[in-house]
Amino acid sequence: MTVRVRATGAGRSSGRRGRYAGLAAGVAAVLAAVTACGNGGSGAQGGFEPVPQTGGKITVWVDSTRLPAAQLYQQQHPAVQLEIVTYDGDANGSNYLQTKVSLFNRTRSGWPDVVFSSQNNEATWAVPAGFTAPLDKGRIPAATLSGWSAGANDPCTVDGTLYCLRNDLAPTVLWYNAPLMSSWGYQVPKTWEEYQALGQRVATEHPGYLVGTAGDNFTPEIYLWAGKCGANEITGPKSVKVTTTSPACTRMAALLDTLVRNRTMATSSVFSSDFAKNAADKILLLPGPSWFGGSVFQESFKTPAGQIAAAPLPQWAADPAPSVGNVGGGTWLLSAHSANLKDATDFLTWVTTSDEYQGEVSPGYPAYAPVVKTWLAKQSSSKYYAGDIAGPLRGAASQVWPGWGYGQFSQEAIWAATVTPGLTAGRTIVSMLPDWQAAITDHARSTGYEVGP
Amino acid sequence: MTTAPRPAGTPSRRRGFWPGRAGHLFVAAYVVLLIAFGVIPTGYAVYFAFTDAGDTFAGFSNFAEAATDFRYYGAVGHVALYLVCWLVSLVVFVVGLALLLHRLTWSGAGKAVRFLYYIPGALAGAASVLVWLFMLDPSVSPVSALLRVAGFGTFGQVVAPGHLPVLFTIIAFWTGAGGWIVVVYGALNNISPELLEAARIDGAGAWQTAWRIQIPLLRKWIVYMVILAFAGGTQLFVEPQLLSQASVGVAGRDYSLNQLSYDFAFQNDNVNTAAAISVELLVVGLVVAGVFVARSGFFDAD
Repeated sequence: MTVRVRATGAGRSSGRRGRYAGLAAGVAAVLAAVTACGNGGSGAQGGFEPVPQTGGKITVWVDSTRLPAAQLYQQQHPAVQLEIVTYDGDANGSNYLQTKVSLFNRTRSGWPDVVFSSQNNEATWAVPAGFTAPLDKGRIPAATLSGWSAGANDPCTVDGTLYCLRNDLAPTVLWYNAPLMSSWGYQVPKTWEEYQALGQRVATEHPGYLVGTAGDNFTPEIYLWAGKCGANEITGPKSVKVTTTSPACTRMAALLDTLVRNRTMATSSVFSSDFAKNAADKILLLPGPSWFGGSVFQESFKTPAGQIAAAPLPQWAADPAPSVGNVGGGTWLLSAHSANLKDATDFLTWVTTSDEYQGEVSPGYPAYAPVVKTWLAKQSSSKYYAGDIAGPLRGAASQVWPGWGYGQFSQEAIWAATVTPGLTAGRTIVSMLPDWQAAITDHARSTGYEVGP
Repeated sequence: MTTAPRPAGTPSRRRGFWPGRAGHLFVAAYVVLLIAFGVIPTGYAVYFAFTDAGDTFAGFSNFAEAATDFRYYGAVGHVALYLVCWLVSLVVFVVGLALLLHRLTWSGAGKAVRFLYYIPGALAGAASVLVWLFMLDPSVSPVSALLRVAGFGTFGQVVAPGHLPVLFTIIAFWTGAGGWIVVVYGALNNISPELLEAARIDGAGAWQTAWRIQIPLLRKWIVYMVILAFAGGTQLFVEPQLLSQASVGVAGRDYSLNQLSYDFAFQNDNVNTAAAISVELLVVGLVVAGVFVARSGFFDAD
């Protein structure tokens, strides 16, 4: 048995696969040992041995955004004994879940039955820690699992076994203020070249207005991921390829530098108090994930209805294969220690596939494809957006560039600590690309990754 | 004069049987808590530091792993720089403010100022840092005008990495110095008025009195303050951790050694290396305390 985190590039080369076999076997041994220690029951199911199934209450951990999901399930399933616990959902990479599971593993009790996490990389530690139960070995029907959008559950798949389910997708699109664009006679840019040119026009014709921000921790995922910059190609269970100075990286970084220099791109985060106070009403364009529409414009900035529209993310003119980035999209994990896997699995299946929650209530673009139609109809019926956002979102969901993986180390934290302070101090992103590469390399190695160029 | 014999069972007889038992009981309660929450956890940390994940003896390998981590020397440098800023400012300003306070002739003003000094200390550590996070954000700060005059327009500019030692010093001083000012003020009150009067008659001014009489007599209190402040300073954690959260990572979550230890324990699931860093901090704190005590004659009888 080998353990392998599926990602782009993984498994492409049999030689590379062989190189990782020893490491993978070691990880597998640890996983097997931890799993064996954590269980102790009998009746293996596809190599997984559940603890004695005594039934009873199941405990689910959710963040505040997913709280309505658990409450709705309880309302619809009154016979299930459900204890709902709210936590930070590992927001901003807090690692709360990993911390607690590490402690539960030591005390050998306390694990929740089902957990939501806002991070997509939980399987990288949760599987070796023996926390997660396999979902595709007879636990959830294959017909159900086939409903997820292509590639959506890749971050959850280890050695071909599924260990979590993706809640939502977060592909990037181009959000823009439709009335302003129209009244100023601007065309929505289709290419990055047009985007930069528009930024240069805005700088002279409407100074103060913004076409984006480079101050978010998400900046690498919104721009450099979309631009096919290979800074984070997970190539094996514990190996990553890091190249931040390729032409794909430098041309996108140069675009950001140009627009930062002419002040049409902010250097503060859309979540900062100064952005909300000084820049929220100056947004003309804002590349960002699918959830920016509801969470940022509607909830945080209170942008009035009828202004915000979505368009496909620009592409480089010479690049025939469209690509976008991804920012977020949570996952649900089922505990391998659950004594009531039946109810826990039922909750997990319902919360990820039900039209009542994913289609009608969930704020994020559903990862489970059959409910996307309901979700998009719900967005349209809200009358908040200027025009129909369904087309751009649906198109972006299938264009996320697969060359950027989900490693255990946080790309957002690395960017925030390495590049953002320099950007604030006036340095160019292009000049900091080597520093970024060194920082990714250091962090990847410190978490046990083999780093290749 | 005659002395009546004490009847049997009087308190003095019982003291003879177990002298000072009430004091021992109070001390015993403290000793039990010290052992439960101080000595045993410390021993547990030492055990972790010298074993591996399989509970086998690992020698100094955990210490070596910590020292070879790319963040280690950066964190050592950050903590060292912070300690210099923190200890110098603490000694200079605490002693200076206590001396000024001691010279206030109107007792009402003295009481009011002592109370004001002490208020920040009443806030818990995390709450104090949160107060400062608002103070340092120009978009919400009540002193945003001052921040803008100083050239800071955004929170990101204020919390630039180069500013962190000073910012942490300001936060720590605001939080903890008030209590020390009150303590040093109390020590100043213990200096004999006759001594100060004699100095004045000999022609000593305020500065000479402070420099030649009061500060030398405060030496032990200053040493005590430095020992505790040093130990506290090496354990810098809450300030950078909250600032890292508030600045969405700009301040870095591996700024201090304690943060690095926390990262090893809960990001890398490597409790043994985390414990090794904790033990290093303990040893450094004990060695520095020992040096200060030995060189200052801290335990010498007056």
